[in-house]
Amino acid sequence: MTQEQQPKILTGAQALVESLERLGVEVVFGIPGGAILPAYDPLGQSELIQHILVRHEQGAAHAAEGYAMTTGRVGVCMATSGPGATNLVTGIADAYLDSVPIVAITGQVASAAIGTDAFQEADIRGITFPITKHSFLVTDPSGIPGAVKAAFHIAATGRPGPVLVDISKDALASSAPFVWPAEIDLPGYKPTVRPHARQIREAARLIREARRPVLYVGGGVVKAQAYDELAELVKITGIPVVTTLMARGAFPDSDPLHMGMPGMHGTVSAVAAMQRADLLITLGARFDDRVTGRLDSFAPEATIIHADIDPAEIGKNRNADVPIVGDVKLVIGALNGVLRGEDMADRAPWVSYLQGLKERYAPHPEPTKDGELSPQYVIQRLGQLAGDAYYVAGVGQHQMWAAHMLPFEKPGRWLNSGGAGTMGYCVPAAMGAQVGVPGQTVWGIDGDGCFQMTNQELVTCTLNNIPIKIAVINNESLGMVRQWQTLFYDARYSNTDLKSRRVPDFPMLAEAMGAVGLRAETVEEVDEVIKKAMEINDRPVVVEFLVHKDAMVWPMVPAGTSNDDILIARDLAPEWEEEIL
Amino acid sequence: MKTHTLSVLVENKPGVLARISGLFARRGYNIESLAVGPTERPELSRITVQVGASAPAVLEQITKQLNKLVEVIKIVELEDTAVRREMILIKMKADPVARSQIIDIVQLFRGKTVDVHNESMVIEATGSPEKLEALLEMLDPYGVRELVQSGLVAMARGSKSLTDRSTRGERLKPSAY
Repeated sequence: MTQEQQPKILTGAQALVESLERLGVEVVFGIPGGAILPAYDPLGQSELIQHILVRHEQGAAHAAEGYAMTTGRVGVCMATSGPGATNLVTGIADAYLDSVPIVAITGQVASAAIGTDAFQEADIRGITFPITKHSFLVTDPSGIPGAVKAAFHIAATGRPGPVLVDISKDALASSAPFVWPAEIDLPGYKPTVRPHARQIREAARLIREARRPVLYVGGGVVKAQAYDELAELVKITGIPVVTTLMARGAFPDSDPLHMGMPGMHGTVSAVAAMQRADLLITLGARFDDRVTGRLDSFAPEATIIHADIDPAEIGKNRNADVPIVGDVKLVIGALNGVLRGEDMADRAPWVSYLQGLKERYAPHPEPTKDGELSPQYVIQRLGQLAGDAYYVAGVGQHQMWAAHMLPFEKPGRWLNSGGAGTMGYCVPAAMGAQVGVPGQTVWGIDGDGCFQMTNQELVTCTLNNIPIKIAVINNESLGMVRQWQTLFYDARYSNTDLKSRRVPDFPMLAEAMGAVGLRAETVEEVDEVIKKAMEINDRPVVVEFLVHKDAMVWPMVPAGTSNDDILIARDLAPEWEEEIL
Repeated sequence: MKTHTLSVLVENKPGVLARISGLFARRGYNIESLAVGPTERPELSRITVQVGASAPAVLEQITKQLNKLVEVIKIVELEDTAVRREMILIKMKADPVARSQIIDIVQLFRGKTVDVHNESMVIEATGSPEKLEALLEMLDPYGVRELVQSGLVAMARGSKSLTDRSTRGERLKPSAY
């Protein structure tokens, strides 16, 4: 009785850990330091929460993202004040642009010292204003449970995103009665999840009548896990699908109605589908410039249905004729409800036109002339041998090749840095992903440039039995930048030659960190090393593939040009059939 | 570029103003005037912001982005008929000869003289931006030594209150969709 009436007195640090436990947090990625130190004492004693000690705070933030992506739960990272917190910034920005639910907990200097340029002081809340969904500064221990609970709620609901909780050292060290708030009072935060019935009816009418419709599927479908609903919508309507970089896997690539990935490095069939569509049914996508190319010539004949949980995305880049605010899972479900059993306009000529393009311009590994490995071949082979593994890419050419060559059959198994384009994402995100799905195979596909930014987390993986596998596609250069130099700067290769055949020795580097290091230089060795890597499950593996450095990512819509100007190879445009559709 | 007046009701918490001004800066929106103050409810503050928008879509995007801020509770665009006031303090050069002429002008504009010295005087006036502009034009020939002006505050006419408890229904561009 007395215990219920009298809340127990906890230090702020204990209240923080208690709050995290009550929210069901199982894993925290982080590094301790001065200001956050009080929190690490009860955290170290928690039986419910595992703390994974990373080697750089950026790794903690990306790991939290990877964990969130494979589990659908909120990922948590923790750092101390000042440089600890600023090291999280890149990961927080990444999570913001790709709408990944993470909570970053940072220590802050004691409240009396805030604003005095104290040791390891940084205004991390101010620094992260533009890249967080919301943030809290807590200077009183009694404020910790409410802030933490609200942070998780905000991160996970509506359009997901990163939330920062900055806690001053004195708030962690001093005590207060622990009161777990029953309700979270956020009068200004009420995401609209249920779509408006009138808008659904109007969208359904357009869908029935359109002759050249396309389902433009974005990362929101993955966040909402609306896969079954999407599959049914396609089944009911027979409408071709394109999946953006963030949505690869949301609809199986093997389906004849899947036209591939749209955008700057999209397939010809996907780009054509959008450019010639009379109706774009936009589901959890945001008309990103990498998808639209020059906006004024993007999908010029299309009427736009735009469904998104974030009202601010609707009409931001392209005016929506039928705006629908809501959770895309409910939106598609509602559309299915109206469209089931309805007659559809004849789309056979449209579908067969796109399927013709799909067949003719399917992405394929190009053979390399000098006998060196083709990077596309390596990635394709990896996908064939690893099958339904989880795949985590870095940023650059290898990312685009992976987006084209891997088998995207199952949803929610593709992680990459889309909006921010964060080089260095792969290794730590793969680590977090693996923690979320122990026992499953997680393959990172990284570039030699990216890998050199964050590979230190392999130490963390080794020490914590996180057996990720990383394929380093070594073209000894910052390949995507080099590609642009080839195309747009007359092959003047300013500072893109990494010389990473000479140093580092990637297998040796891997071995030094307790991982297994392998290397393949010939076609024969490719299968061999992949199979060998697949057999190792007790520690991380790094497989280096020495590939041709002049391989380029095609197709390509050069930056700032129209999607109509897509090239399938240098100076080579697809042959458009001038059919009347 | 058309100027719009937005009344933004926000939670009275530290950092809110930084968030809002940061949002305007980051997204390249143009603040023409900003005024912040308490309301009749201590947990709420009210921001009156004048923004320039080149197209209706720009204003819509501004309000949507503001609405995304967790601490923003309600946004209303005030109509042209709303009551709009600014306050101005003007330090004039004023020898005894000029003084009475200045006082005449100030009285025409229902302003007040709040400080007088041998060679100077301080004028206080409130009113619509147009009225204050006209006052300044009249005073200019006498020599303005110093001038400080508040941001615009504004309120809709009629009986409805911005701080009525209904928080969502009255947002600008209510989500009809």
